[in-house]
Amino acid sequence: MSDLYELRCKECGKAWGNSPRSFCEDCFSPLEVSFDYDSLKKTVRREDLAARAFNMWRYAEFLPLPEGHAAKSAVGGTPLVAARKLANHWGVKNLFFKNDAVCFPSLSFKDRVVATALVAARRFGFQTVGCSSTGNLANALAAQAAQQGLDACVFIPADLETAKVLNTAVYGARIVRINGNYDHVNRLCAQIADRFQWGLVNVNLRPYYSEGSKTHGFEIAEQLGWRLPDNVVVPMAGGSLIGKIAKAFRELVTLGWVEEKPVKYFGAQATGCSPISSAVKRGLTRFEPQKPDTIARSLAIGNPADGPYAIKLIRESGGWAEDVSDPEIVAAIKLFAETEGVFTETAGGVTAGVAQKLIAEGRIHPDETTVVCITGNGLKTTDAIAAEFPVTEAIAPRLDAFEAYLEAQLPVSAAARA
Amino acid sequence: MPVTIEIPTAFRRFTGGAPRVDCSAHTIAEALTELTTRFPDLSRHVRDDSGQIRQFLNVYLNEEDIRFLGGESCSVKEGDRVLLVPSIAGGR
Repeated sequence: MSDLYELRCKECGKAWGNSPRSFCEDCFSPLEVSFDYDSLKKTVRREDLAARAFNMWRYAEFLPLPEGHAAKSAVGGTPLVAARKLANHWGVKNLFFKNDAVCFPSLSFKDRVVATALVAARRFGFQTVGCSSTGNLANALAAQAAQQGLDACVFIPADLETAKVLNTAVYGARIVRINGNYDHVNRLCAQIADRFQWGLVNVNLRPYYSEGSKTHGFEIAEQLGWRLPDNVVVPMAGGSLIGKIAKAFRELVTLGWVEEKPVKYFGAQATGCSPISSAVKRGLTRFEPQKPDTIARSLAIGNPADGPYAIKLIRESGGWAEDVSDPEIVAAIKLFAETEGVFTETAGGVTAGVAQKLIAEGRIHPDETTVVCITGNGLKTTDAIAAEFPVTEAIAPRLDAFEAYLEAQLPVSAAARA
Repeated sequence: MPVTIEIPTAFRRFTGGAPRVDCSAHTIAEALTELTTRFPDLSRHVRDDSGQIRQFLNVYLNEEDIRFLGGESCSVKEGDRVLLVPSIAGGR
């Protein structure tokens, strides 16, 4: 049986079959995986999912997988949590967060994209897979490549923090340090993919890679009881995820699995790297690239490849884009941890901070159902908040020392005890 | 000024297979004009209908995206390298 999907140019529509390429050689525009939805309707029913495990592979028919594909590991299937305390704090009613901070195996939504990219890599016969990355993507790639017996080669800016390098190195990945910033590394990887026959997941495997993001959206709809939210708030780096959540929702509508309804897409960036949100706020259709300067390094792409599509989606859906400063990111990380008991990375601080801003601006209405997408784990970016929590002085292991401590810290309660 | 334009594989079918094209130009715009004059079939791949450099084509002067250098009017000097790279990578 032939594939029910193939690559198509997002601009000129030309079909390119299935191969490791990411741009149309006629017009240089990005390629995307396009599905035969009429066939899909006959292949799978919503009821079929009940018998499947709760991870991203339960939506296999919506992913670019070869027939008979057997999943290598249980990626995805993360909680959608009703954020009651945070909702109360912000004065809204139906607030949820999708928690990919606990995505398996490497604690970010990048596990989803790497999962579909590696299926494509194997299909096309690549033994060596790679990516340009500074963190989450490299972790995800190194972890899954190790598990599947593929060789991983990761390209990083030379000034990367030791902890982030270790989080990739531990899986045995080869790490190539580049003298330059992330956008330089990205450009080099585009040239490497042009020259060498390697499977670079976010370059020549990008169309297959980015389809994995859709499962974040499928899970949201299913966890809401097979309905779509009114609003989603999505972090934006390259600008791909927001579009893939929209694609997931559209596919569910096309197959009749959810009722059609307008969904507003809201994009979140850090002010120190905000090419997409700036363009939305200024009414531009083309973004202007920026030199990133923010603690939200996982979102620091100054030249976002999917930026034009994100801008279009946000504007046409009636949504908006906002950005938050570094202190606002730190405040949002703390608020999220203190209210919902979830420690998210700086990108999650961006998303939560932006959600708060959009509610305060009245762009998100209190009665609507809103989902905030949390895509990474705070344990990976502890350096960003370390200064907020200075080490306290130690006390002697004696009761009188503790009483003295209490006296100094909490004179009122200590007095009450007496 | 003699400058070298590096041609990505996808464009080489329009340059007779040449991976590099030497031009004489004072600005990026002049270099691109010389390129597309010599290889007219390449023209519509470099610029859109309104004459702007295509949205998904990034142009670099040595290490820097030309949008940080004032765009295609930025001047070039002898020995500079001009890179044409599709806007595809991303996602950290």
